[in-house]
Amino acid sequence: MSIDMAQFHQVFFEESFEGLDIMENGLLNMDPGEADPEEINSIFRAAHSIKGGSGTFGFSDVADFTHVMETLLDEMRDGRRAVTGEGVNVLLASVDVLRDMLTAAQDGGSADAQRVKAQRAELDRILANQSADSAAEAQAPDSDAQPLLDAEPVGWKIVFRPHQHLLRTGNDPLRIIRELAELGELEADCDISGLPAFAELEPEDSYLSWELRLHAAVDKAQIDDIFEWVEDDCDFAVIPVLPEGQPTQQAQQAAPASEAAEPAAELKLAEPAAERRSDSERRQGDRRKSAPAKASGGGASSIRVDTGKIDSLINMVGELVITQSMLGMLGDEFSMDKLARLREGLGQLERHTRELQESVMQIRMLPISFTFSRFPRLVHDLSQKLGKQIELKLSGENTEVDKTVIEKIGDPLVHLVRNSVDHGIETPADRVAAGKSETGTIHLSAEHRGGNIVIEITDDGKGLARDRILEKAIDRGLVRADDNLSDKQIYELIFQPGFSTAEQVSDVSGRGVGMDVVRRNINELGGAIEIDSQLGEGSTITIRLPLTLAILDGQSICVGEETYIVPLVSIIESIQVRDEMLSLVAGKGETFKLRDEYLPIVRLHEVFGIGDAKAENIRDGIIVVVEGGGRKCGLFVDDLLGQQQVVIKSLEANYGKVDGISGATILGDGSVALILDIPGLMRLATEGGGQRSGKLALTA
Amino acid sequence: MSEDKLSLLGQEVAEDAEGVQYLTFLLNGEHYGLSILQVQEIRGWEQVTRVPNSPQFVKGVVNLRGNIVPVFDLRLRFGLPEVPLTKETVVIVVRAGKPGEERSMGLVVDAVSDVLVVQDDTINTTPDFGAGVPTENIKGLVTDGESMVMLLDLDSLVLQTGAEQDQDAA
Repeated sequence: MSIDMAQFHQVFFEESFEGLDIMENGLLNMDPGEADPEEINSIFRAAHSIKGGSGTFGFSDVADFTHVMETLLDEMRDGRRAVTGEGVNVLLASVDVLRDMLTAAQDGGSADAQRVKAQRAELDRILANQSADSAAEAQAPDSDAQPLLDAEPVGWKIVFRPHQHLLRTGNDPLRIIRELAELGELEADCDISGLPAFAELEPEDSYLSWELRLHAAVDKAQIDDIFEWVEDDCDFAVIPVLPEGQPTQQAQQAAPASEAAEPAAELKLAEPAAERRSDSERRQGDRRKSAPAKASGGGASSIRVDTGKIDSLINMVGELVITQSMLGMLGDEFSMDKLARLREGLGQLERHTRELQESVMQIRMLPISFTFSRFPRLVHDLSQKLGKQIELKLSGENTEVDKTVIEKIGDPLVHLVRNSVDHGIETPADRVAAGKSETGTIHLSAEHRGGNIVIEITDDGKGLARDRILEKAIDRGLVRADDNLSDKQIYELIFQPGFSTAEQVSDVSGRGVGMDVVRRNINELGGAIEIDSQLGEGSTITIRLPLTLAILDGQSICVGEETYIVPLVSIIESIQVRDEMLSLVAGKGETFKLRDEYLPIVRLHEVFGIGDAKAENIRDGIIVVVEGGGRKCGLFVDDLLGQQQVVIKSLEANYGKVDGISGATILGDGSVALILDIPGLMRLATEGGGQRSGKLALTA
Repeated sequence: MSEDKLSLLGQEVAEDAEGVQYLTFLLNGEHYGLSILQVQEIRGWEQVTRVPNSPQFVKGVVNLRGNIVPVFDLRLRFGLPEVPLTKETVVIVVRAGKPGEERSMGLVVDAVSDVLVVQDDTINTTPDFGAGVPTENIKGLVTDGESMVMLLDLDSLVLQTGAEQDQDAA
């Protein structure tokens, strides 16, 4: 039987990319001159795993390249080499090259050889650039990557000492020796000194060790292949026998070789022991077969789930099954006196279904650090390029958000952070002149607030120039000079498509380039973006996103014969408005007074053109006070129906985007109800969808 | 059968004596046909959920086994006089569009009539009537006994409804 190596490839790539992230983060945290040994260690370990894994899977170019990086890191770890800014930068660049190589390998291609070679030369240069005695040391491990290049060995001396439990792992030393014998003439000396007295002999333990001499000029990799699956269960060393008959390499060489196989060992756990042998024999062939399969298969997305989450899921299913069987029994012989128990059972069923649903949603949740982790590098590189000193603070990286959000929020965030670095934070000289510390701070935070995820990007830079934006907006005819706009409304202007793309506003240069795209991306996720700024003190950009994209708590409302769902998170309260609370702005804009605020009224039946609305007079219906995109309004509907959780179905899959509607759901009776998109609805009302309410001056 | 030789959408027709099967239906007394491979099912008219601010020919959306599927009235789409929809009104659910971007939709028609086998070489090109008569969704004409059948190009229809939506959204 053959094992599909492609599935392990997937795991390998995922782990390698994680390893690269670890390396990158570690390198960024390293202070030149005074490196934390633990930090270097973790970088080293990550590099080591990548090297081992790529060796196992036959990506030898990746393994070779990583090896050079590892050598450099090793010297830094042992204190043989000082951690310099230059070294760190070269390593960072190498991480990039490595990422390209792995990406290329994943797609079945190969990376830009020129670039790899150049980076490798760079690494070698750093390695060579040191005092004579340590240069010799560095040279030794380097050469062991390709010992065959230096001198052609005519044979190999192999020391093979199986651990006692080797047989129990399903491996047989005899098989290994036979395989070796197939490579060429083999001499074997058996060392029986480990053999205990007969009475103490465990038949399932292995006590023997061998010294093997293989008289064949084979590749070391071929020998390593044979030992591949027992590396962890034995001590072995492969020493080349050079033409002079003088083994050069020391036995210590075995140590890195067996360490390098660690990822392979992890993979082995996934298979029954019995399959290992056949697998090691077929590996070579499988590798070739699986490579094209991978390329055509495309990137199936997978998700790593905490076992705890799966356990709780299984528990929940267990409960559900119990409840189901209880209800089944009740149903078999039902009489009216069991009604109370039936109710109770149904209550349980509901609770369990809800819990189950929550657990399933949990699986889709990932910490936002997946997105945040790229920013230290981004800020590091950009600030160096721009000659600014910037400290990036991250908080709330463990806030969990839906996988889809993670995937889609990355680009908008990069844009915003880049804006902050580029245009927000001033140069050190300007900062000192403005009485601030030389180093600017960008704070990226995430937290749960209500039913939302709130991501904030705060910088202590120069802030938005309110007057310049207003001036520009008036120039472009976006607003009129006599429009009385609040600061917030002015900042909103930078999200206008036409506003940003044209020639740049001098000292807020570029702020807004592509901001409309950012806003659109965030709106697509059902979120909202807000900007707040203080000239000279900095800006805060707040992004609000729904917790999950699949299910929401909704309030059903009806207008005429039609039913709509309002997301519960958007609703502040629902009230009946008395006539004395109503007033008109400029003779037609309906508003009502709620405590100390005047809120505009949006008549849903007008915005959506619903012909048979029952309530025409405000006092006959219900006003649902909703909030979205930082604005509030009163939504006028006929009646409230009930609250329920609804599963969000896409309207766009088969139809298209509808203004004011964020999606659809299926009600208990099988009919479809549309879910309102409150910010979109307010926009629709403002743009004159409702003739009656005219242009709304929505309260900020 | 020839079906396995046809592409999924039935667009590329293999050279085959049996030809391609078309489902024909009636619309205001006219005969139309659409490739049977694009037909998912035929249903009776049922209450739809109206989509606000949508073109008149969009009757609304329905729940098709958990998917939200729009229902278009083909009479209105082609500018034919509207008739009241009853339980006897037929909805043909089709799936069409560019590969990878297929959309499902329901088409309201007067009645389904027959399955017609059409050889590729018997399809006549649609005469050009100028701007007065919309023919962009008709990919050809065939003769079935006494009557003329207009073969619908669903993919272009899907594209158009999609494009209109995109414009609305922008």
